[in-house]
Amino acid sequence: MATLDRRQIGSILAKQGILIAFALFMIVFTIANPKFISIDNVFSVVRSSAILGVMALGVTFVVISGNLDLSVGSMMSFSTIVVLDLHDKIGPLLAIPAMFAMTLCLGAFIGFLVGYLRLNSLIVTLGMLSAIHGLTLTYSGGQNMDIADKEGTWFSVFGQGSALGIPVPILIFVGLAALLGIALARTPFGRKVYAVGGNGTAATFSGIKRARTVFTCYLISAGCVATAGMMQASRSLGSQNTVGQGLELEVLAAVILGGASLLGGSGTIFKTVIGVLILGFIQNGLLLVGLQFYVQFVVTWVIIILAVWLDIAAKRGKLFSHIA
Amino acid sequence: MTDPVLRLEDIVKTFPGVRALDGVSFAVMPGEVHALMGENGAGKSTLMKVLGGIHQPTEGAIFVGNEQVVMAGPLEAKAKGIVFIHQELSLAEELSVAENIYLGELPRKRFGMVDWATLRERTNAILAKLNVGFDAATRVGDLSIANQQMVEIARALTVDAKAVIFDEPTASLTDAEKVVLFDVIADLKASGVGIIYISHRMEEIFKITDRISILRDGQYQGTVNTAETTEEAVTQMMIGRKLDLTRNASHHDLGDVALEVRGLSCGKLYEDVSFEIRRGEVVGFYGLVGAGRTEIAETLFGLRTPSAGTIRLAGQEVRIGSPTEAIARGISLVPEDRKGQGLVLGMNCRDNMTLPQVDDLTAGPFMAEGAEVAIFDQYRDRLDIRTPGWKQKVGNLSGGNQQKIVIGKWLSMHPEVLIVDEPTRGIDVGSKSEIHKLLRGLAAQGYAVMVISSEMPEVLHVSDRIVAMYSGRIMRTFTSDEVTEDSLIQAISGLGTSSEVA
Ligand SMILES: Nc1ncnc2c1ncn2[C@@H]1O[C@H](COP(=O)(O)OP(=O)(O)OP(=O)(O)O)[C@@H](O)[C@H]1O
Ligand SMILES: [Mg+2]
Repeated sequence: MATLDRRQIGSILAKQGILIAFALFMIVFTIANPKFISIDNVFSVVRSSAILGVMALGVTFVVISGNLDLSVGSMMSFSTIVVLDLHDKIGPLLAIPAMFAMTLCLGAFIGFLVGYLRLNSLIVTLGMLSAIHGLTLTYSGGQNMDIADKEGTWFSVFGQGSALGIPVPILIFVGLAALLGIALARTPFGRKVYAVGGNGTAATFSGIKRARTVFTCYLISAGCVATAGMMQASRSLGSQNTVGQGLELEVLAAVILGGASLLGGSGTIFKTVIGVLILGFIQNGLLLVGLQFYVQFVVTWVIIILAVWLDIAAKRGKLFSHIA
Repeated sequence: MTDPVLRLEDIVKTFPGVRALDGVSFAVMPGEVHALMGENGAGKSTLMKVLGGIHQPTEGAIFVGNEQVVMAGPLEAKAKGIVFIHQELSLAEELSVAENIYLGELPRKRFGMVDWATLRERTNAILAKLNVGFDAATRVGDLSIANQQMVEIARALTVDAKAVIFDEPTASLTDAEKVVLFDVIADLKASGVGIIYISHRMEEIFKITDRISILRDGQYQGTVNTAETTEEAVTQMMIGRKLDLTRNASHHDLGDVALEVRGLSCGKLYEDVSFEIRRGEVVGFYGLVGAGRTEIAETLFGLRTPSAGTIRLAGQEVRIGSPTEAIARGISLVPEDRKGQGLVLGMNCRDNMTLPQVDDLTAGPFMAEGAEVAIFDQYRDRLDIRTPGWKQKVGNLSGGNQQKIVIGKWLSMHPEVLIVDEPTRGIDVGSKSEIHKLLRGLAAQGYAVMVISSEMPEVLHVSDRIVAMYSGRIMRTFTSDEVTEDSLIQAISGLGTSSEVA
């Protein structure tokens, strides 16, 4: 009888491992500081996670297609700097599409290398991480970028505005998540992404254009990065060259926390959103209990590892691999 | 009376929505070859996985010798002398043959360095016993499926085994390789090892086994002595009814030439190949592995670029640059390797089946999921696919049912030219004859069908004409009236003369 119960628990855990870890975590932190789940705090967490979240949406496509994108952090710095610079030169109405076009070109370039030339995505995007950083520095001449008239621009709406009482960054994140979630779950393109990531050869044998599918995933990722850059620029109306530095790993962590496999073929937008929220709440919770900012990096990492371990352990039904 | 080497008692195994095993008992004596038979999805592989420590039984007990054991994992099973040769290959493609065979137990030198010389030596000794045409250093990914299967078998020979489980070992072997395998089994048997042998091929079962145990829908049907039973009786126990094995020699009229190939070559893979297939005709391609049949199919499907020659579809010369183009021109290919080329194992049944037509099955910008389910239901019924529902991951289906998904996937495209490469690999006798009927039926409806098979009875059974290939060349083309087993064997071993096709 005891074994039966264990098995039942096991199968529930296997499906919902991450959600349960998340719930436990929320409970512990709420006991430590009841402010943790106040409406204000929840709003503030979602709002500050929105930029990371938007990037994670795009990377979800790339990861499901069986590839990595480590260039999103430095690409986001690029978008932010470019849109801020162009804002004063050609006005926000033109600056935004111009920045999107430039960022999409970067995405297309990566998509070409990984999709059509079949180069390893880790190498390509790791290289692009520094290449784009160099590009950003060259573009800005190493200077920080600031908007001259911070009070008089409508451009601040994407990062600071709110509609119907909800902050615009949250609206963008939720709207984009819904749009991309549907695209991934319900359209032929989404189906192809899963097929290409699940078994590229079988996808080819089914007449699916593998290269084009991968290419499109990187375009989507770049589009999300451009959106995130716009939000970032709009929030601060000025920026350092390195604003997106390190975000690529946080984005990847969120996607993996959500349960997408790095091997490709699995994951959903909904799960990624959960992953983003987990990460956001972890960092927020640590601040609320008064941990030093620097300690956060370490603790965040530990919690990610724990969560992923729990997830894998639940899937295989025991904590340690028998091959250990 | 000696004791069994291995005994399973009242094993129950459930998966969500499936009762795969329902109180199965089973025992193997030392020095016995014990066949396990049953339809696709009957629970054979699951029973063996329970034995091999891959699945834990929901209920029931396992005994090795007289001792009750719990098989916590594959390594433990191996340590207890139970060796498992899986239905689905599980090799590391990037590694060499030697590394695959001794994976986890590589011989070591000082400081934990791998002792490559010893490794190579030991491996080549085993390979010599198996009489295969590759050596220890070959990369596994470069081997054909059949040869990969031989590597799996070689791996089993490195262990001091009490019992060896072969789960459909011959599904992708040629006749010559089978002979070697049967020798290996005879050796094991002589040294007192208990052997469990799963196969859908009656002639093998009756040739090499001593007893046969039968499963149906996860339930144990009984055990019979091979010498005292007949194919019909076993089939009846397996499927619960008699099987109609008459050849469907529907002699319908042939239509126009649907596919015409002239002087086609692809480097050294095959050379100067010419043939045509008419609407309503089934043409069988028979030959040894490496004869170039699969490569021809891959060329027709846009996966290889021919170095010379022409392809005509319905009289029109075409260039087929990619599978996408091939599909658009009405060609379907049921590929040889279902796991590698045919299926996305992590995807559900329905999505796998409709994968080639994702762009067409739409309602506005979205997938028309209702239409997809309808297609799935249609082919599930037509091919008798056993699954709890379309949402099941294909990877959870039994091997034969996976193969049926691949066949359904390509039938649902309603192709002009249907190419099937080893279509009934791993499929049970009942379904096999259904699929043969289906292929004949498709021809009667006007499809042009190209059947590549390494099973002579299959080729003889379904084909209107048979093309015999040897080493990349067409040796002879037979009509179904003139062909004999002997002449066919002669032609595919390169003994006959190459016949020029006018
Ligand atoms: N991991 C799993 N999850 C869910 N269902 C499973 C799983 N493994 C097997 N099954 C189901 O259990 C049943 C028995 O499968 P099994 O693989 O044992 O059949 P089999 O007799 O080996 O068939 P075949 O001749 O096609 O290889 C099938 O209905 C299959 O779908
Ligand atoms: Mg099986």
